[in-house]
Amino acid sequence: MKIHKYDTVIVGAGGAGMRAAIESTKRSRTAVLTKLYPTRSHTGAAQGGMAAALANVEEDNWEWHTFDTVKGGDYLVDQDAAEILAKEAIDSVLDLEKMGLPFNRTPNGTIDQRRFGGHSRNHGEAPVRRSCYAADRTGHMILQTLYQNCVKEGVEFFNEFYVLDQLITEVDGVKKSAGVVAYELATGEIHVFQAKAVIYASGGCGKFFKVTSNAHTLTGDGQAAVYRRGLPLEDMEFFQFHPTGIWRMGILLTEGARGEGGILRNKDGERFMEKYAPVMKDLASRDVVSRSIYTEIREGRGCGPEGDHVYLDLTHLPPEQLDAKLPDITEFARTYLGIEPYTDPIPIQPTAHYAMGGIPTNVEGEVLSDNTTVVPGLYAAGEVACVSVHGANRLGTNSLLDINVFGRRAGIAAAEYSQKADFVELPENPAELVISQVEALRSATGTERVAVLRRELQETMDANVMVFRTEQTIKTAVEKIAELRERYKNVSIQDKGRRFNTDLLEAVELGNLLDLAEVMAVSALARKESRGGHYREDYPNRDDVNFMRHTMAYREVGDDGTESIRLDYKPVVQTRYQPMERKY
Amino acid sequence: MATPTLEKADAAGQPEPGFADSPYITVTFRIRRFNSEVSAEAVWEDFQLEIDPKERVLDGLHKIKWDLDGTLTFRRSCAHGICGSDAMRINGKNRLACKTLIKDINPEKPITVEPIKGLTVLKDLVVDMEPFFQAYRDVMPFLITKDTNEPTRERLQTAEDRERFDDTTKCILCAACTSSCPVFWNDGQYFGPAAIVNAHRFIFDSRDEAGEQRLEILNDRDGVWRCRTTFNCTDACPRGIEVTKAIQEVKRALITRRF
Repeated sequence: MKIHKYDTVIVGAGGAGMRAAIESTKRSRTAVLTKLYPTRSHTGAAQGGMAAALANVEEDNWEWHTFDTVKGGDYLVDQDAAEILAKEAIDSVLDLEKMGLPFNRTPNGTIDQRRFGGHSRNHGEAPVRRSCYAADRTGHMILQTLYQNCVKEGVEFFNEFYVLDQLITEVDGVKKSAGVVAYELATGEIHVFQAKAVIYASGGCGKFFKVTSNAHTLTGDGQAAVYRRGLPLEDMEFFQFHPTGIWRMGILLTEGARGEGGILRNKDGERFMEKYAPVMKDLASRDVVSRSIYTEIREGRGCGPEGDHVYLDLTHLPPEQLDAKLPDITEFARTYLGIEPYTDPIPIQPTAHYAMGGIPTNVEGEVLSDNTTVVPGLYAAGEVACVSVHGANRLGTNSLLDINVFGRRAGIAAAEYSQKADFVELPENPAELVISQVEALRSATGTERVAVLRRELQETMDANVMVFRTEQTIKTAVEKIAELRERYKNVSIQDKGRRFNTDLLEAVELGNLLDLAEVMAVSALARKESRGGHYREDYPNRDDVNFMRHTMAYREVGDDGTESIRLDYKPVVQTRYQPMERKY
Repeated sequence: MATPTLEKADAAGQPEPGFADSPYITVTFRIRRFNSEVSAEAVWEDFQLEIDPKERVLDGLHKIKWDLDGTLTFRRSCAHGICGSDAMRINGKNRLACKTLIKDINPEKPITVEPIKGLTVLKDLVVDMEPFFQAYRDVMPFLITKDTNEPTRERLQTAEDRERFDDTTKCILCAACTSSCPVFWNDGQYFGPAAIVNAHRFIFDSRDEAGEQRLEILNDRDGVWRCRTTFNCTDACPRGIEVTKAIQEVKRALITRRF
C-alpha cells in the first residue's frame, strides 16, 4: 500500500473533472485519479452542443434559458442553480473558445448556434437557436480541448486508477473528507490519497440498463463510494431516456439531427410528434418525445416486423447539410445498420442516457450530508452530482454546459478550501475496506458469474423501470435486485492475477450498479406521481402538493448488519417561476 | 516467431433475446495472449463462439471474456468508435474492435486479434500507451496566442479558416495510425503520425500563433522527415482522417514556412 498526499484530489477525468483540474491545478497541488485515460471519457460521446444564450444568430437571453431549464425539468429544478447555469453559460462557451475549441462559425465568424429540444424564445413561443456546436462532435471537441489545456497547465494524472472508497473522519463531531482509496489497474496495488479536498467527477451509472447510450465504464463508482459511507443520493428515480438511440444498440443519434430538421415518423409515415407537441413538435423535451415514441409503438404504429421502433427521417435534408452538420451520426447509421441516411430513414428507439440525480451538492459544488449540512472538503460536479439544474428531466445541451459551469466552480471552491484548510487525519487502517473487498473477490469460489448477474439486472431494469413505470413493475424490479444482491455475495471471478485484472474490476463495478439500481427503484416506488423522466402509469399526473420535493436516499445499516434504504425529502428552491402545466 | 496454439472447444453463449431472427454463425477468434504472471512467452489461443455477423468484434471479445475466459484482457469504453480505447490488430490490420463488424472481416476463417505493434505489450491486448501520449504532449497540443489583452467575446474565425484544420480535429488518440507505421515500429523515437496530426490541428488553426515553434519541433531528426509516405496510417485511421496528407502539409509548411 502506498500513501500519497495532495491538496486536492479529483476523481474522474471527463469534462467536469478536467474543467475542475484546470482551475484547481493553478491554485493547489492537484492529482486527478481516473479509471480511463482522460480522452476515453464519455463526455467525448456527446454530440449536439452546449447551450448558451450568446444571441449570435437571433434574439436570446439567459432568463429565457433559465425558464426553459426549469420547465424542462418539470419544476423540480432548483431555480437559483438554474439561473447560475444560464448566466455563466455565456462565459463558459467563450472560455472554451479561448482555450481553442473549434466551434462551427457563422458567416461573420462568430460561434454558430442551432436549435435543440426544449430551448425556446420568450418562454415557449418557438424554438430558438441556442446550442453552440462543433458539427455533431461537440463533446469530443470539449474533451479534447480540456485535455489539451490540462497538458498545458501540467495537470498531474494517475491514469487507470479506480477509486473504490471515500475516507471520512469525524473531527469534533463534524464528518470531514480525509481522502480516497484507489486500486491501480496496472499492478493491483492499493493507494491511499490523503487530500484536503476531494472532487467527484466520475460520471453516470447508465450501465444498469441494457439499451443505453452509456459506455461500458459508466458504472456509478463515485455515487456508490459516497453512498456506502452514509451520504445521501438525491433524485435517483429520475433517469433520462434519449428518444433517438439506434434500434436495439442504443448508440446515441443526436437531437441535433432534429434541430437540423430531422423528423420522427411511425410506420404510416406520419409525423406523430405534431399530435403530442403542437408547437415544438420533434423538438419537445426528451421525456415527452420518448413517451410519445412508446405510445406509438404500444398502439401498433411502430415500424418493422415486430413494430418495436420508429424512424428518424433525414432523407429530406440535403446531403451537404448532413455531411457538414451531422457527419458522425450518419456514419454510425452506415457502420452499424448498413443504412444510407441520404435515402433511408434510420430505425430508432429511446435509449437510457443520463442520470438527473446523484450526489447532492450546493451551487459551489460542496457535497451535502443531509438537506443543508456541507461535508467539509468534499465536492462533486457533472453527471455524478445533483445540484439540481436538471430536476426531473434534463434539456439537451445542458449537460455539456453543466460540466463546464459546475466543474469550474467545484475546481475553484475545492482549491480555495484546500489552501486554507489542514489535512484531516486518515482513519485507522484507511485501506482496510478496499483490501478486504479486493481480496475477497480474488479468493472467492462462488458459483455466480458477473456477466450473468449484470445481464439479469439490465433486463429487469429495461423491463420495469424504463419510460413507463407502475407500482407493480417497480416492485418486480425491487425484488429482482434484492435477489441479485444476494446472489452477488456468491460471485467469483476467473482472473486471480494482479496485473490489469479487469475481471476483478467488472465485479466491483457490478456491485456499484446493484447498489444504485436499488436506490433508483426504491426512490421510484415512493414517488407516486409523474414528473419529467419519471412516469407512473398508475399516477399519470404531476402532484405538486405531495411531491414538489427532492428525494434523498440514505443507506442504513442495522445493528445486525442488515442494510436498508431510508428515504427523506428536500424542498425545491423556487425563485422566479411558479409551477405551470408543461406543454410543448 | 512460431508460437503454440491452445484449443478451446466450447462455444459461447446463447443468442441474445431480441436477435432471435438473426442468423447466428460459428466463428473462431484467434487471439494473441500474453500474461507475464503466467508465462514469459506470448501464445495464440483459439475460441469458438456463436455470434450474429452484424455484431462487432468487440461483442465477440466480450462474449469470450464474459462467458468463456474472464482472464482475457483488453481496453474498451464507449463501444461505438468515439473513445479510442480499443485499437487492435484484427486480421493483420489496425482497427477499432467496436467499429469492425464480424461480417466485414471474412468470418469463414479464424479472425486473428493481436495488440497494436510498436508499443510494449503489458497483458493480452493491452499495450503501454505512455510513449504514444508523450509524443503527443511534445508537440505542444494546445492553442497558443500572444494576446496581451484577451478579447471579451470569442475570437472571430471564418468558416473557411475553420474548415482548414477540420480533418485533424477528428483525432481520438487511439494510436491506430502510429502503431501501423513501419518507421515507428523500427524506431520508437519517431513522433509518429498521431502527434503530427495533432500538431497540424494547431499549425493550421488561424487563431494559433505558435506554428513556427511546432514546426521546429517536427523539423527534428525524429520528426516529419522520417515519414516514408506508406499510407498505412491513412488506411488505419478509424476516423477517416487523411493522415498522410496532413503530414505532407506539415512538410510543405516546413519548406515554404507558409501555413
